[in-house]
Amino acid sequence: MASDSDSTKRQRSAEQRLRIIAGHLQKPDTDGHTGIAAQGCKAETAQPKSVKANTLPQRRQEVLKWNGWGYSDSRFLLNKKGQAEFTGKRYPLSGMILPSLKNWFEGTFGASEQHRSPAVPVLNASAVPVPNLNQAFMEELKALGVTLSQEPDDRVFRSHGHCLHEIFALREGRIGKVPDLVVWPSCHDDVVKIVELACKHDVCLIPFGGGTSVSGALECPPEETRSIVSLDTSQMNRILWIDEKNLMAHVECGIIGQDLEKQLNERGYCVGHEPDSMEFSSLGGWVATRASGIKKNGYGNIEDLVVHIRMVSPRGVIEKGCQGPRMSTGPDIHHFILGSEGTLGVVTEVTIKIRPIPEYQKYGSIVFPTFQQGVACLREVARQRCAPASIRLVDNDQFQFGHALKPQVSSIFTSFLERLKKFYITKFKGFDPQHLCVATLLFEGDREKVLQHEKQVYDIAATFGGLPGGEDNGHRGYMLTFVIAYLRDLGMDYFVIGESFETSVPWDRVLDLCRNVKERILKECNAKGVQFPPFSTCRVTQTYDTGACVYFYFAFNYRGLSDPVHVYEQVERAAREEILANGGSLSHHHGVGKIRKQWMKETISDVGVGMLKSVKEYIDPNNIFGNRNLL
Amino acid sequence: MESLCGLTLGADPEGFWDILEERRRSSDLSHALRTFNPQHYCRITTSSSSTINRTVLKSQYLRYITQEIAEETGEPVELVREEAAGILEEMAQNLQLGFIRLLAFSLSKTFKRLFSSIRVNEEGLSRLQAAIKDHPVILMPTHRSYVDFLVVSYILFTYDLPIPVIAAGIPLMGMKLIGEIFRRSGAFFIRRTIGSDKLYWAVLSEYVKTLVRTGFAPLEFYVEGLRSRTLKSLSPKLGMMYMILEPFIKGEVFDISLVPISISYDRVLEESLLTHELLGVPKPKETTMGLLKARKVLEENFGNMHVYFGVPVSVRDLANGKVNRSQYNLVPRDLPLKPSEDVRVFVGDVAQRVVRLQEQGMVLSPWSLMALVLIQYPEGLDWDLLTQKTLWLKGLALCYGARLDWPEQVSNLEMMSSHLALHHTVARCEKGRVLLVEEDGLHGAEPVSEEEGVLRRAAVVLICASYRNQALHVFVRPAMAAVAMTTASSVRKLDVFSQFRFLLDVFANEFIFIRNNAEQDFDQACALLQRSGAVCADEHSLNVTEEGQTTLHFLQTMLEPFIQTYKMVFRFLCESNAQVFTERNFTPAVRSFAVKLILSGELQCYECLSSDTQKNAISALLNIGAVTKSRVSEQTEFSVNKAAVMRIADTLDGHTPSLMISHSRL
Repeated sequence: MASDSDSTKRQRSAEQRLRIIAGHLQKPDTDGHTGIAAQGCKAETAQPKSVKANTLPQRRQEVLKWNGWGYSDSRFLLNKKGQAEFTGKRYPLSGMILPSLKNWFEGTFGASEQHRSPAVPVLNASAVPVPNLNQAFMEELKALGVTLSQEPDDRVFRSHGHCLHEIFALREGRIGKVPDLVVWPSCHDDVVKIVELACKHDVCLIPFGGGTSVSGALECPPEETRSIVSLDTSQMNRILWIDEKNLMAHVECGIIGQDLEKQLNERGYCVGHEPDSMEFSSLGGWVATRASGIKKNGYGNIEDLVVHIRMVSPRGVIEKGCQGPRMSTGPDIHHFILGSEGTLGVVTEVTIKIRPIPEYQKYGSIVFPTFQQGVACLREVARQRCAPASIRLVDNDQFQFGHALKPQVSSIFTSFLERLKKFYITKFKGFDPQHLCVATLLFEGDREKVLQHEKQVYDIAATFGGLPGGEDNGHRGYMLTFVIAYLRDLGMDYFVIGESFETSVPWDRVLDLCRNVKERILKECNAKGVQFPPFSTCRVTQTYDTGACVYFYFAFNYRGLSDPVHVYEQVERAAREEILANGGSLSHHHGVGKIRKQWMKETISDVGVGMLKSVKEYIDPNNIFGNRNLL
Repeated sequence: MESLCGLTLGADPEGFWDILEERRRSSDLSHALRTFNPQHYCRITTSSSSTINRTVLKSQYLRYITQEIAEETGEPVELVREEAAGILEEMAQNLQLGFIRLLAFSLSKTFKRLFSSIRVNEEGLSRLQAAIKDHPVILMPTHRSYVDFLVVSYILFTYDLPIPVIAAGIPLMGMKLIGEIFRRSGAFFIRRTIGSDKLYWAVLSEYVKTLVRTGFAPLEFYVEGLRSRTLKSLSPKLGMMYMILEPFIKGEVFDISLVPISISYDRVLEESLLTHELLGVPKPKETTMGLLKARKVLEENFGNMHVYFGVPVSVRDLANGKVNRSQYNLVPRDLPLKPSEDVRVFVGDVAQRVVRLQEQGMVLSPWSLMALVLIQYPEGLDWDLLTQKTLWLKGLALCYGARLDWPEQVSNLEMMSSHLALHHTVARCEKGRVLLVEEDGLHGAEPVSEEEGVLRRAAVVLICASYRNQALHVFVRPAMAAVAMTTASSVRKLDVFSQFRFLLDVFANEFIFIRNNAEQDFDQACALLQRSGAVCADEHSLNVTEEGQTTLHFLQTMLEPFIQTYKMVFRFLCESNAQVFTERNFTPAVRSFAVKLILSGELQCYECLSSDTQKNAISALLNIGAVTKSRVSEQTEFSVNKAAVMRIADTLDGHTPSLMISHSRL
């Protein structure tokens, strides 16, 4: 009886969990899913692919854009009536008209419908360099029976991440150096064999997970002369086992975030790691870059979630001998792997903590009269260690940006309520619409505790002049995170380029850093001849005991510039220098890749760089994992 | 750049605008009561003085310091904090618009009586307006007169710009009523001698930093520290400058705009006061009574005043590549720490640059040029010769890029005689001859002693010298090169340069030179000499031209009083039996030494009696290392390395190669 009711309860909560994910991520999925089972590698490969619940196919370019962000069917565009709309069916915003987006876009960037800068529509296969193959390696590889491809579109897809310069070049049809071959191992043992062959034949391997890097990490080093093989982990995407007694799951590295959550949810569990890229990024990629998710406060960052890592290196397989929750056994070898950015080997399997799906989830938002008061409130919440699963504070520009993304309201009643709320806040409470800012909240747990927790946070907020801004605003805030990345492609259709970058910084320097970086961007844009005022906005996205993570968006209209990408990079570099001068870190979760390498010495000291180099030297003396990130 | 050869301000091409003209035409009352709605700094965080004070007392920095002091002295922290609150109360300003209006009204009345015009460059004010909006602004006026103190506020009020808060000396506060009026007009008060009072220093520093961080109002302070009694720019003081720059260096503000303001007077109100101070007669205490007595001053005319608002200087641009702002990444920024070497050098550099900019913004009156000629003829000269020389000098000054108040539409003769009349207390024309006027002594017209006769003579020479000093910055670099040419071992540029660099080191406290900038200074000097036709230079040598002799001689003579004074001080130090002097005894001793030399006829230069120049000579020796300073039981003592002093004196005469000394400084 008891177990029966338990299981129905669990099932119920699993269903709820699904709805939640669908809520802030995508429209409810009506496809049936088959269960997951712990199976051996061989058994799995023998089964037809359709059995698996994978969202993305092996040939990702079939559903994903080859020269922009996300799903091919989802994009912002200005329709024939001159209104902005978001296409597709995947997101809550999909198929909706966004009446104020165009005005905001034109007003903010000085962009106009007349000035278009369209991308080349299709990949020109003849522009892709002929593959430089190592014949001996190829022969032995084929004997292994793993899936391979030399197709130009497969190789191009794995030659880049989503840095501005990478996407900009693709849109112009410029193809740089691309991998010569793509291989899809289907299990740990495949990887071991591939790495052995690569060592034997001196072939360069570049691991590829979700391809969402924003650090230039996937770019093939131009100076590399060996054959470059992209090792795509996407087919290693199974949950191998779930340990309900200890709340752990053992998962292959190639699983993407949304599949991991979906499949665990079906069993009543979740990981709770939700980076903004979770629709596409992979578990192995998270480990390799030290990723962070929005619900860090509830579940921890990737380094807190990982129990065990298995990595294949040129020296062999590296892993711990047990799954003890903490060890005092010298420096933690996991920390050589976490953030190694594919320079030491391929992460193949990860044991990760899981949690029962929270019974109740509630969004919320708080409106503050100024950003300064908002930051003070977040600081106090951190001091009292009562941060909800997620708490983020957006500045005024981003708040207004969020408003521009409001869809057409269907009922007069909603629109009336909106206006009433606005009137209350700006007129009755005297908040200046040009200064107010919003914190979005996500509470999780059992219902009673959530409500209690919510009250505590709102009480703190009140002491900083914060007013509750409703669940809707909170919900929309998180939803926007997923669609905002699509917006850059719209911008790029109209001469607007931009990107995001992030840092972490002690609490007392948050405000100074935000202000100085924004002003520096303005100053540099002026100095570099940018003709239109740049858009730069920030949000505080994570809180810690001693500091916070700050996330910036920066974009500008590049009409009139001969080399916009170069200007963009100069400005971003200046902004990074400003961050470092203001006590901010080189990166909180994006990683170093290639574009931030130049600051590694000042970030971790000469000796620190030497330590990492000596590890690399030992593990991979021939630089088989030759993506040249980090060092 | 200052190479604006041929520029005249006759018809106000710089856009100077007389603000008194409007005041003479319309009601002062309605001016004082006009709508005042200035545009403030865009990120201003508070506009309340009491919030500022609360923020200061609550600051983490003061918490650290009070804790530290409590531990050192054993006093309870609460007591130290109360003490800090007391200091702040004594210090803080309490800016109120009502008092600004009151002040505007009374200043309109006073200024109209004192000055023929107050001319302001309006384009400077519109630059200022733009700067105020973007970043915290520091107003850095020259300080030649007490009038400086409120004239900037008056102008800002007139032009609808935010009223500044002003760093003022405590003595002003001591004046009953006036002190309170000043406080409510935005003045905050600083003790003259802070010395090692850690708590005072901390409160002041946090107060200043808070004003800068919050962008409460433009902050006005005198980087020269004191009112210059020689009317020549003083070597900047760095304490307050550091406090002001710190918020930028620590990233608490994005940038700071420094606005040099050059206030030039045709005639300085305190002229007679100045020289008495310079001669070592103690300065009268600034009391309300003193000010009221000064009412007789109100009956005199003081000509024109020019206020030039310079181009705002971005601290961020200055700091680029010079200061490592990451140096605070690993410590709390509030922690009381000594500034690092790069920061100290930077602060000094910024201060000197601003003083240089102030100099470049000064407007010279014809009288300064006349004084420059007059002082070279202590026994007087014919009016015609004075006219001829002055007009020649006018050409030279313009060639060297001076801003000159010499309108075209007035005849030269008229211009000069009106200025001579304005300065009737200093010089007058008798039977076609222009002579310096000696002031009557305390005991009637006859001098009681030979010594008093010397001092009386010195008084008028020093007044005249002060007006000459107003123009020196225009000529000092070429003049220095001209002197270097006479003492250098050859005409080779290298030799002249090494002598030039030696002179820069010796006169580093006398004139404003930017550190480590000797090459540029020398190049500029050579270029100007060449432009005025005094030398012809090729790549390696400087050759005097036929007609250049006069110019070079004139320039050399210009610096002669300073060289004489320094030599006199060097001689005093070497001839004295003692090896050690206390700071207190130095001035009287050197003065009586100089008087003796003058009486014996060995020394003709009365300027040697200027205590400022004497002190500068000692500071130079301290810098070079020929004199060392130590504190012995509450007294500062100088110990002299006579051999080194003698070597410097010799080099000044051109006897030894100057390289040695330049290097010994390093």
